[in-house]
Amino acid sequence: MRAAVVTFPGSNCDYDLYKAIQQVGGEASFVWHRERGLESYDAVLLPGGFSYGDYLRAGAIARMSPIMEDVVEFANNGGAVLGICNGFQILCEAGLLPGALVRNASLSFQSKDVRLRVERTDTLFTTGYTLGQTLRVPIAHGEGNYEADQRTLEQLETEGRVVFRYVDQAGETTEDANPNGSWHNIAGITNATGNVLGMMPHPERSMEQLLGSVDGVALFTSLGSNLAMLTN
Amino acid sequence: MSQFQLEIRVKPRPGLLDPQGKAIHNALHSLGWDSIEDVRVGKVIYLELEADSREIAVDRVHAMCRKLLSNPVTEDFEVSVSEEVEAEPL
Repeated sequence: MRAAVVTFPGSNCDYDLYKAIQQVGGEASFVWHRERGLESYDAVLLPGGFSYGDYLRAGAIARMSPIMEDVVEFANNGGAVLGICNGFQILCEAGLLPGALVRNASLSFQSKDVRLRVERTDTLFTTGYTLGQTLRVPIAHGEGNYEADQRTLEQLETEGRVVFRYVDQAGETTEDANPNGSWHNIAGITNATGNVLGMMPHPERSMEQLLGSVDGVALFTSLGSNLAMLTN
Repeated sequence: MSQFQLEIRVKPRPGLLDPQGKAIHNALHSLGWDSIEDVRVGKVIYLELEADSREIAVDRVHAMCRKLLSNPVTEDFEVSVSEEVEAEPL
């Protein structure tokens, strides 16, 4: 897998993503937001952070970067695009995913481990998990409250486009397990064609037992092996 | 050409949970202002530009709001002209 890690002024999870790709045997390159051209990559990753200081709205300014035109084209051609945290916010602002991420219902920044339930195992990113499996992955965000109009929300559910949900120890989508007020405990969604995934939690920080969890590894190995199958 | 000063008010859409507004509502309530029905927090953007007419200036700012200054999923916007200064003829 040749993955582009797109960096913006204020990205701060770019090295974690770079290292996650390398750890699963992929080749990663940083692509600065002013650069152009993604033809030589087979996956594009938008890292977490605070691009442009979250000015105006999280992701709103980054979305206007020159490279984003190429990211939109790459996604529309069926390329694998993953946005984590601020990357998810940028994908929503760019219209590659529906809805928006607004202020956490608690009004406070949430930095802690959460439990996620895997709702889809047939996407490029999740074939290495089992359906209903729960993962321990950290979150660190102030604007992760997923909102959309009623029609979009219903569409996401009927089309099965929710990939991850926040759950409790028992694997249930309780209010207490929801760290930000997201509708239906949504933590990650995919686009209609399944090649774009946006999620608030950080699988790239769950790659080493020493750091508390290795539950993110399967996401990157899934992506690597699925892309290898597609290109062979 | 005239110089226009415009005020753009971006507000959370009705029906959408506004946690900031809710927190302020609760704080005001605890200070004794208990007749408040609703508080919502938006933002005001002050913008200056040159245009041939007021209509053109407002149209241009509407386009900016749709493209960048507001998010149609969560926010509504209103634009008003607060000042117009006609340029001196050369």
